[in-house]
Amino acid sequence: MAAVSGLVRRPLREVSGLLKRRFHWTAPAALQVTVRDAINQGMDEELERDEKVFLLGEEVAQYDGAYKVSRGLWKKYGDKRIIDTPISEAGLRPICEFMTFNFSMQAIDQVINSAAKTYYMSGGLQPVPIVFRGPNGASAGVAAQHSQCFAAWYGHCPGLKVVSPWNSEDAKGLIKSAIRDNNPVVVLENELMYGVPFEFPPEAQSKDFLIPIGKAKIERQGTHITVVSHSRPVGHCLEAAAVLSKEGVECEVINMRTIRPMDMETIEASVMKTNHLVTVEGGWPQFGVGAEICARIMEGPAFNFLDAPAVRVTGADVPMPYAKILEDNSIPQVKDIIFAIKKTLNI
Amino acid sequence: MRKMLAAVSRVLSGASQKPFAGSPPPRHLTVGRKLSSRYEVTFESAQRHGLATLPSLVSISRLKQSSHLGLPKCWDYSHSLKTRQASRVLVASRNFANDATFEIKKCDLHRLEEGPPVTTVLTREDGLKYYRMMQTVRRMELKADQLYKQKIIRGFCHLCDGQEACCVGLEAGINPTDHLITAYRAHGFTFTRGLSVREILAELTGRKGGCAKGKGGSMHMYAKNFYGGNGIVGAQVPLGAGIALACKYNGKDEVCLTLYGDGAANQGQIFEAYNMAALWKLPCIFICENNRYGMGTSVERAAASTDYYKRGDFIPGLRVDGMDILCVREATRFAAAYCRSGKGPILMELQTYRYHGHSMSDPGVSYRTREEIQEVRSKSDPIMLLKDRMVNSNLASVEELKEIDVEVRKEIEDAAQFATADPEPPLEELGYHIYSSDPPFEVRGANQWIKFKSVS
Repeated sequence: MAAVSGLVRRPLREVSGLLKRRFHWTAPAALQVTVRDAINQGMDEELERDEKVFLLGEEVAQYDGAYKVSRGLWKKYGDKRIIDTPISEAGLRPICEFMTFNFSMQAIDQVINSAAKTYYMSGGLQPVPIVFRGPNGASAGVAAQHSQCFAAWYGHCPGLKVVSPWNSEDAKGLIKSAIRDNNPVVVLENELMYGVPFEFPPEAQSKDFLIPIGKAKIERQGTHITVVSHSRPVGHCLEAAAVLSKEGVECEVINMRTIRPMDMETIEASVMKTNHLVTVEGGWPQFGVGAEICARIMEGPAFNFLDAPAVRVTGADVPMPYAKILEDNSIPQVKDIIFAIKKTLNI
Repeated sequence: MRKMLAAVSRVLSGASQKPFAGSPPPRHLTVGRKLSSRYEVTFESAQRHGLATLPSLVSISRLKQSSHLGLPKCWDYSHSLKTRQASRVLVASRNFANDATFEIKKCDLHRLEEGPPVTTVLTREDGLKYYRMMQTVRRMELKADQLYKQKIIRGFCHLCDGQEACCVGLEAGINPTDHLITAYRAHGFTFTRGLSVREILAELTGRKGGCAKGKGGSMHMYAKNFYGGNGIVGAQVPLGAGIALACKYNGKDEVCLTLYGDGAANQGQIFEAYNMAALWKLPCIFICENNRYGMGTSVERAAASTDYYKRGDFIPGLRVDGMDILCVREATRFAAAYCRSGKGPILMELQTYRYHGHSMSDPGVSYRTREEIQEVRSKSDPIMLLKDRMVNSNLASVEELKEIDVEVRKEIEDAAQFATADPEPPLEELGYHIYSSDPPFEVRGANQWIKFKSVS
């Protein structure tokens, strides 16, 4: 399975995220699927495949999901498999939806101490095949208590796997891999991405389409600089790359897809090729994902290939403000990414 | 077997007709004693009553040959011969009761029309089993105390001596296929749920023979259908409700016993779990082990309401004498039947007491008096209560129980020996068991050049 999707993905890397025409068994139509629908599809397929999988969360059933990600599932699978929980921030395979990951802080003790650590503490006796999913990071105008990015918090903990999909393909492939994984997996979605449609390649339409956890994807090939990102900012990086391309700067944009275990090999190979690195994330700068990437670059072979210090583009080091102008300047924008790239390349 | 029984039968039929060659039978027997008199031993009767009655009917000379008959080792009475011979009472003429009926304390009820029965039948076999189990837990905990003081056990060590009737009584009321989860005072439950004393002590000493390979320690022991061993106060209660959800989901009529203490009973997540369990009618038995002190805080100083069996509000509850194993057993049977019938969760408060402090770093006398501890020991000790009952109703003899004590002591000594001598887990395995079912990968050590292999 992995071999087949590997065969498929390598040539896919050659093209940017637009229409991919190749040899297929079926004639591909240009299918557009939103991230929301991709997650819905992924969960639907896994619920059908394994009766031990079930979904619980606030408003996931009759309300069809606070963000409509679980729309239609309750009608199809009923009360036993799709469970509405009251507000509350065995072996079965639960998918636990957090309305936002900010609420996960109420349950974070369970995520870390009861889920992440249990297999280790029991000496390998008690696995915890659970998925925690929900929107993470900044939204629009939801202010400080609803805008935090938890990639660094969860990425810190051994025993957890943490994934962060960007587009529809990522969303479907990663949620399916997460559900099939026998470990606790945190899936950091993004509310602003739910409604965004993307091209859905034919292989992603298969019921067995999986994206391996721990593997990054090069969304755009380049030669001058490596730009590493995850989740929504990947889109901003691609926009920045398009702008810079007109000026003759070719950026290689890497979509991390997985925060933990991080795919350093892909990042290192790219840095060894381009000699420059910029990391982009929505979370706060201190002790963040970019900080980890930089530290690991220093420890590895790619350090000697850097022609300039690595640079991080992050959210501003403030609780998220409400006023639009302040909020806009508290998250990395395309201009900030372009500026950082040019600084790194000294142009 | 048949040949031996025939031989014994011949011996006995020629023996004196007087039932008791020595002292007369004890007078003060409890209600409803059934005394079986067996002068003729037949294979069928031995089968009917199980091997439990066999030793009491076999002559002394036959006992020496017991080992070749394949009888369980615990029935080898040869070492007790001296005491027996001294009293000149033929073992063959000592008849134990098969069972006895006892009165037990009535449970206080909350939102229940009727509660568990007020009398219960205890068979000799069960009585001996419970006695042995409670004594094993007691001695295991005392051994852990000793090892801790010798610094062979480190870190946290929360002992449950005094609370043996809870773990043994609960186990007696459920099936091995039911589930149980508790907090950190878990060594007794780890044993009653099926692990050996060796594995438990070796886990406490952090050796590779421990049940979690030395990686968990006192608070993180797991077994089949036993989910620990949890260090965060109260966190196990929502987990227990989740296990009950799985029980309902799987539809196999299993229940989950979810335990917590009087200190945890005031936690918010417990009430969230009550809500969900009641809403979805989960087969969850919430059990508050009320040993009167949450660490150093007495219940009066911690809780606005100390009627823990009522704290479930809309969940029916019962308050149980947690020092009487039969009371705990009956209440558990009642509660399990309630849950299995699909009525939803139920709450049990077990009123019990711990002799040790909260943990080994707490002497346990700064917030309670030695007199109080002594009083509980002398009046309500669970092992003593069971022993008195069994001896007074002729379910067992004092000597027999003493023999069990000796055997248990030996078992614990052996286990402690193993736990002290077993090597620590190998350093190479430091990174093992981070993920389940994953291919091996590398784990970073204290610096970037130190790598550990991680295997699932």
